Amino acid sequence: MPSSMIRIEGLTKRYGMTEALKGLSFEVPRGQVVGFLGPNGAGKSTTMRILAGYLTPTAGKAFVGDVDVSADPVRARAMIGYLPENNPLYEEMMVFDFLHFIAEVRKIDPAQRDARIKSAAERCGLKDVIGKDIGQLSKGYRQRVGLAQAILHDPDLLILDEPTSGLDPNQIVEIRELIKDLGKEKTVILSTHVLSEVQSTCSRVLIINGGKLVADDSPENLPASGGEGAIHLVLGSRSGAAIDSAAASGVLKSVAGVTGVDVVEGEGHGTVGFKLRFGVEDPRRALFEVVVKNDWVILEVRRTQVSLEDTFRKLTGDKKAA
Amino acid sequence: MNTTLAIAKREFRTFFASPIAYIVLAVFLSLSGWLFFGPLFLAGQASLRGFFGLVPLLFVFIVPAITMRALAEERKSGTIELLLTFPIEDWEIVAGKFLASLGMIAVGLLFTLPYSISVAALTGPGPAFDWGAAFSGYLGLLLVAASFIALGLWGSAASRNQIVGFIIGLVLCIFFAFIDNFALLLPERLARIVEYVSVDFHFQNIARGVIDTRDLIFYATLIAIGLTLTTSTLSSARK
Ligand SMILES: Nc1ncnc2c1ncn2[C@@H]1O[C@H](COP(=O)(O)OP(=O)(O)OP(=O)(O)O)[C@@H](O)[C@H]1O
Ligand SMILES: [Mg+2]
Repeated sequence: MPSSMIRIEGLTKRYGMTEALKGLSFEVPRGQVVGFLGPNGAGKSTTMRILAGYLTPTAGKAFVGDVDVSADPVRARAMIGYLPENNPLYEEMMVFDFLHFIAEVRKIDPAQRDARIKSAAERCGLKDVIGKDIGQLSKGYRQRVGLAQAILHDPDLLILDEPTSGLDPNQIVEIRELIKDLGKEKTVILSTHVLSEVQSTCSRVLIINGGKLVADDSPENLPASGGEGAIHLVLGSRSGAAIDSAAASGVLKSVAGVTGVDVVEGEGHGTVGFKLRFGVEDPRRALFEVVVKNDWVILEVRRTQVSLEDTFRKLTGDKKAA
Repeated sequence: MNTTLAIAKREFRTFFASPIAYIVLAVFLSLSGWLFFGPLFLAGQASLRGFFGLVPLLFVFIVPAITMRALAEERKSGTIELLLTFPIEDWEIVAGKFLASLGMIAVGLLFTLPYSISVAALTGPGPAFDWGAAFSGYLGLLLVAASFIALGLWGSAASRNQIVGFIIGLVLCIFFAFIDNFALLLPERLARIVEYVSVDFHFQNIARGVIDTRDLIFYATLIAIGLTLTTSTLSSARK
């Protein structure tokens, strides 16, 4: 049994003129739960679609276990449970009939079909809606149907493209618990825009941007990687007049040591809050001088933890933060 | 094979869960009944010839209406992403859709059996009703339908819009149904070729009660070409 569940080598995908993936490579060992992050259009869905055997790559290779998804797609797909982005389902079908159909096309032994459907439906909390039309279900239940469909054949690898998007907070927690639970026995790769989700469910984070890998670490280590820190700063002006936040963040950005500035909530009355990131050099002294020179006053200054969000914004080149 | 049948079964059930199925069926049965019994009473002659002459023309419109949603709807709703990530070959999907559509036509034809039976009953003590011709006529209709289905599916695969799928299917069916009408205008050699690619020309042969392998080969070829094109168009969604 090969140790890696996913192996991607120099994956490139072009849609006409758009190059969605530019030589992406990574490997995921068996049993890991991986969070796949990246801004809109980074290429997350494209990568997952290639892995799931939906799209063919323009160049490069993708392996599931030891099977090349382009060379033996049917065998590769049999090992995968896939929840596509937006969770497309046959609206007019009853939940049970839909799962039964999946069991047939997934070639589950007829003798085991009903037991499998029952266990997947129970696990995903679908028992009460099993006789309803999918089109009548709420978004949370639809998502559960999508997950039940993905785990029905007990696959080794689960590929979940934004499994919690559009759900209410209660549903999000429940689906996350379910994914965590599934992660105990399976390899899972899930994409999300909710960074806290990665911290609560994943043991590893992959961040891609513009079709390239920009970070690969554990959710605990990633924020601190590069030895960075952050400062929460609230400024007012000495005269009491409102501060122009754009101009001020421009000034702050030029302070020695500061690597990024985000405008955040102030304390009202013309004050402005900032979140500054810095590299190796602590910029607090330099900051103080700049503040005096501009006739500002510091209402609050506090060193804070760099969050995964800060790191994400830095790595994926958000214009405002850079 | 079982996966193909699973796809076919799902398609078939979905079709009969929608009102389109009943509308298409009702239109087909009333038109064929009307066109069938009208001349029958006028001419006072009990024969299925008129019926077998008309149904292929109805198929030209009915079949694309049946096949139009088959693949277009999967693309529009995004369920194609599920279909194309099942552990099955692309041709199995197309074969499943083909069988389902053929099943729908077979149901429609089943409902026309009473027409034939009443003709048989009307046939006087004179010449006996030709059951052999009736059987080969129905076989011919299924072959015509199967060819049109293969063409209609290709239309459905080409677009995510059902109406576009319908129109492409319709144009293809019209082409293969009526091309032999131009045979008279053409020089002898060309006319032969044109006749050979006409669905109607081969159907006339079969409906006469002669089941010739050349006609069967023609239908098999047309079906194979249509389904191959459909499969390759479906596969191109992976690009
Ligand atoms: N079918 C397509 N045709 C053309 N371009 C496409 C297609 N699918 C994706 N793209 C482009 O490829 C790039 C990557 O898209 P992809 O859907 O993989 O991003 P993503 O990381 O999943 O984004 P999101 O977070 O918005 O889901 C984008 O620029 C997108 O516009
Ligand atoms: Mg996406």
